Amino acid sequence: MQAKKRYLILLSAGACVLLLSFLGGLQLPAARSRQDRSRTGHRPDQPWPHFSDPLHPFVPWDHTDTEEYNVHVSPRQKRDVNTSVYKGRRCRMDSCFDFSVCQRTGFKVYVYPQQKGDKISESYQNILATIEGSRFYTSDPGQACLFVLSLDTLDRDQLSPQYVHNLKTKVQNLPLWNDGRNHLIFNLYSGTWPDYTEDLGFDIGQAMLAKASISTENFRPNFDVSIPLFSKEHPRTGGERGFLRYNSIPPFRKYMLVFKGKRYLTGIGSDTRNALYHVHNAEDVVLLTTCKHGKDWQKHKDARCDKDNAEYDKYDYKEMLHNSTFCLVPRGRRLGSFRFLEALQAACVPVMLSNGWELPFSEIIDWNTAAVIGDERLLLQIPTTVRSIHQDKILSLRQQTQFLWEAYFSSVEKIVLTTLEIIQDRVLEHSSRSSLMWNSHPGGLFALPQYSGYLGDFPFFYATLGIKPHPKFTAVIHAVSPLVSQSQPILKLLVAVAKSQYCAQIIVLWNCDKALPAKHRWPATSVPVIVIEGENKVMSSRFLPYETIVTDAVLSLDEDTVLSTTEVDFAFTVWQSFPERIVGYPARSHFWDSNKERWGYTSKWTNDYSMVLTGAAIYHRYYHYLYTNYLPSSLKNMVDQLANCEDILMNFLVSAVTKLPPIKVTQKKQYKETMMGQSSRASRWADPDHFAQRQTCMNKFASWFGAMPLVHSQMRLDPVLFKDQVSILRKKYRDIERL
Amino acid sequence: MYTSGKYSSRGPALIPRMKTKHRIYYITLFSVVLLGLIATGMFQFWPHSIESTADWTLDKRSVHDAPLIRLPVSSPIPERGDLSCRMHTCFDVYRCGYNPKNRIKVYIYPLQRFVDELGVPISSTGLSREYNDLLSAISDSDFYTDDITRACLFIPSIDVLNQNSLRIRETAQALAMLPRWDKGMNHLLFNMLPGGPPDYNTALDVPRDRALLAGGGFSTWTYRQGYDVSIPVYSPLSADVEQPEKQPGPRRYFILSSQTAIHREYRAELERLKEENGEALLLLDKCSNLSQGAASARKRCYKGQVYDYPQILQESSFCVVLRGARLGQAALSDVLQAGCVPVILADSYILPFSEVLDWKRASVVIPEEKLSEMYTILKSIPHRQVEEMQRQAHWFWEAYFSSMKAIGLTTLQIINDRIYPYAARTYEQWNNPPVVKWSSVNSPLFLPLIPPRAPGFTAVVLTYDRVESLFRVITEISKVPSLAKLLVVWNNQNKSPPEGEKKFKCPECTAIDGLSLDQTHMVERSECINKFASVFGTMPLKVVEHRADPVLYKDDFPEKLKSFPNIGSL
Repeated sequence: MQAKKRYLILLSAGACVLLLSFLGGLQLPAARSRQDRSRTGHRPDQPWPHFSDPLHPFVPWDHTDTEEYNVHVSPRQKRDVNTSVYKGRRCRMDSCFDFSVCQRTGFKVYVYPQQKGDKISESYQNILATIEGSRFYTSDPGQACLFVLSLDTLDRDQLSPQYVHNLKTKVQNLPLWNDGRNHLIFNLYSGTWPDYTEDLGFDIGQAMLAKASISTENFRPNFDVSIPLFSKEHPRTGGERGFLRYNSIPPFRKYMLVFKGKRYLTGIGSDTRNALYHVHNAEDVVLLTTCKHGKDWQKHKDARCDKDNAEYDKYDYKEMLHNSTFCLVPRGRRLGSFRFLEALQAACVPVMLSNGWELPFSEIIDWNTAAVIGDERLLLQIPTTVRSIHQDKILSLRQQTQFLWEAYFSSVEKIVLTTLEIIQDRVLEHSSRSSLMWNSHPGGLFALPQYSGYLGDFPFFYATLGIKPHPKFTAVIHAVSPLVSQSQPILKLLVAVAKSQYCAQIIVLWNCDKALPAKHRWPATSVPVIVIEGENKVMSSRFLPYETIVTDAVLSLDEDTVLSTTEVDFAFTVWQSFPERIVGYPARSHFWDSNKERWGYTSKWTNDYSMVLTGAAIYHRYYHYLYTNYLPSSLKNMVDQLANCEDILMNFLVSAVTKLPPIKVTQKKQYKETMMGQSSRASRWADPDHFAQRQTCMNKFASWFGAMPLVHSQMRLDPVLFKDQVSILRKKYRDIERL
Repeated sequence: MYTSGKYSSRGPALIPRMKTKHRIYYITLFSVVLLGLIATGMFQFWPHSIESTADWTLDKRSVHDAPLIRLPVSSPIPERGDLSCRMHTCFDVYRCGYNPKNRIKVYIYPLQRFVDELGVPISSTGLSREYNDLLSAISDSDFYTDDITRACLFIPSIDVLNQNSLRIRETAQALAMLPRWDKGMNHLLFNMLPGGPPDYNTALDVPRDRALLAGGGFSTWTYRQGYDVSIPVYSPLSADVEQPEKQPGPRRYFILSSQTAIHREYRAELERLKEENGEALLLLDKCSNLSQGAASARKRCYKGQVYDYPQILQESSFCVVLRGARLGQAALSDVLQAGCVPVILADSYILPFSEVLDWKRASVVIPEEKLSEMYTILKSIPHRQVEEMQRQAHWFWEAYFSSMKAIGLTTLQIINDRIYPYAARTYEQWNNPPVVKWSSVNSPLFLPLIPPRAPGFTAVVLTYDRVESLFRVITEISKVPSLAKLLVVWNNQNKSPPEGEKKFKCPECTAIDGLSLDQTHMVERSECINKFASVFGTMPLKVVEHRADPVLYKDDFPEKLKSFPNIGSL
């Protein structure tokens, strides 16, 4: 027993000694080697040494390049040389684009008239229709900065039925072709089996390409535009929303990574797809390929085909798409594939495996925020890579897919307008969008840089920049009836609004046929009152971006609106929390009338609303700019002719931008009657046609937007102690409760 | 297995039963072992500091000690850079491998002095101060590895920052002699002054195979997007001149031109602008009466009046940065440092670090041809935007321009982001100055989504001991139609939660029910708020005066037609 104990102790002591020597040993060689290194000096594996000797600066003080440069050719000549040298594949805006036309007339796009007998695919029709319906369109080639062909160049695969023959001569015969200068050519497919080159089969000269599946090698940066591959079913306007309805946390779905697609047995584009089975685990990584494509696939079939095909049939593509966190987007025959947009819409984060693909709109979209850019060479690492991505990041990637899908991809219109806006940003470089404007809500199509280059001037970036909107508002009163009595509602309104502590100034927009009243007839107020005579006395003029509006907030008012100072104060404090939305009083709602199969408009008191009328509402002044410059003249003219619906259109616009409902705040109850036109006989609200017109407007607007942008809300914002059983003296906005 | 189990079970009783002699023996043995361990520990700390001082003294070595390498005339020359190179074609990503830290490993070749067969060095300056700074910054960084076999990126110690001081052919030969050159794969060269008279190429003229180039004057025609990195031209003035940071705001001059090497045509254009707009423009040139040298670089003159450079830059809102013979100008760095918004006139120039920096928020780019319209263009920019640009400009300088270290590490980070794109730094990380990072609010749920009602909600009830009120809450809340799940978090470690369905009384609970009225409770909560605010560094809570109610809340309207008739009735 004793001996055993002793052995045991000796053993543990021995272990300790071993541990000790191990620790020491570990340290000593390291220390020794470090010393060795510093002693021997020039061993190749040493960190960069500290040199004691004085070193020369890399550029000597007296070495400016003045002299050489001044004797050199003039800069103008040098620019001309560039223009003549860098052509074809080396085209850039500086060398192949003529800016001078655009500076004269702004960014206008001309579409060649369609010739009889030219067959044009539906997709290309959609592209042309979008341009013709956009605010960039001009029918005068003399005014045009950019030219778009009416010859269908989308499908340049010679084996395709859509292929247009003799394009070369047709293009050369165009009188305005000018070697393609300032021309934009759209293309989805180029080349054909077996090598699918990116050649379009005709000389594009100095024209820009808006092309799908373009490779970085052929892509001319800041000249071409990479567009996504879209199918002929892709809707022209509106488009489906993204599939994400709500965020789930943690953000993991049933599958981690999925793919289902063809595997090519011959020709290019097969390598990556052929190797996918290595990564497939039939559990959370499901990568399926089928050999079935073309008529004679069985001739080329390999040993794996039967097994792969069987596995392929076991899964439903849609089910996988909707239930996977990541979706693999490997290159196909061409670099881009339909999978990309499908994954984006399905909120399945795309994992790109397509080396050398210049991703769609790469010039402006930061794809790292919405996709995982993989490397085909590292296919086997892909599962480890996607698993290593933190769930916070997945949540953010997924939301960004939805933002990008809805902002730039969901319709042909969005794809085309994005392309044009990108080119416009290049042309008007000093008023172009920053990356933040492109990559954050509401996106570049709604954030127009011509309005301001300062992000703080927009309603969307306050939180991101950590700043607040201007602490006051400008009231804009829309006056349509003459000033006859001193007890007219407009004068009461003027006084009440002027008393608001947040009021900076009041603008009276005189849209009345009678002459402007004399200055002294307006009541004396502590804030400046500016009277502007409406130029054409049309409805839309109330939403013009007047330069006199210096505050971020605009309080828009009808002349017969009845509001107290307290109500105005409260509404403004609410708006400060929601600067991108319309905040106001009278609310209305829309509904789908299934009998008539059209949208309906209602002013009934209901439990929800989707519009806040601009007869008494606060919103950001940017929406004046957007209303005037973003909306097509067809809609604005309709509003002006009817002298109606301008408020509905504004609500459509703001909801299309924000994807959120407006905000109704509480009001004194007499307001409704006033709005319905009992106090002012001339009011348009009394007109029986008025209501019917508003139904018509709704449907016209919805068709232009391509979808119904209005969103319902059941919420009203009241002052915190509103109608609570506490002393009225404790309430800040007590006047709102008093009748 | 059986025996060992038996012994270990007896273990604890072992020592007390030993004889004293043995006990002393073992205690001594253990003390020795313990002492040894302590000594080892000490050894780990002491020698370290001794060693590092030794390193310091030993490292004070001269560049002249570097081994001399003689280049044979026939030594191979690399091919000229391949313009089609991209990361997926010319970069060997396998060398970087999978890496849990998502960080590339960078190796620096030891310094060598290359000479031709006649013994003439390949470079007139040898290792420059700036390149030395750059390499030591990299070797001190996390990117560095001293193990050439594990490296993903290789940086030659051959200084090519300034092409003027190089012998092109010999430098190329020297590059090709590097042991891991392998057609330049994964090699990174830093060059700030490319080209030479009379044409001034916009990229380094040294043939370099597939090596990546971090270049300071790329034009759109030489820059391989996604492969090369556009870097600034370092201005040594930044290290020499201490300047207090100037807050954004209106300044004495509107536009300042301070460059000395401006083409006479452009200078004439600027003079014309000055005539039209007078005092708002300050047009400086070099001082004719001063002798050349370091001192003259620090002075600028206008009609005999002398101004200190770069200090004068702080007095202007906008500062012109015009192309010279080269596109990249060191003046850009000085201008940014002064928080002056650069007005860049250099057609086709690829701005420094444009792959990650959003220059639209820090600069104004105007085509050279439109120099005459500069004043009008700048006047149209809102004041608040100018101030934001001033702040942004200074931040860019501080973070990415201020030292060779900043330039070098930014370059490596950009390459790192390409190799591990899913772990890349975000736009906000690159572009937001610290003040914005602190004050901005970026919700993790940023997408405007109105979730459907169908999935309902989960109620989470935190409870300690108040079983009665807990049951009351459960009963009430379970009436709600959209409740999907109810989760009770039992927060009392000393008591088990009550059994599922069984109701039980808890007489002592009611006593604590008035908890929230307790004075000390309120005091504690105030303390919490102060503590949290101090940790957050700011008070993140915001005060609002509104409350959400249903649309028809307390309206004079039939209650049965309201969606939420019971709200507000206690």
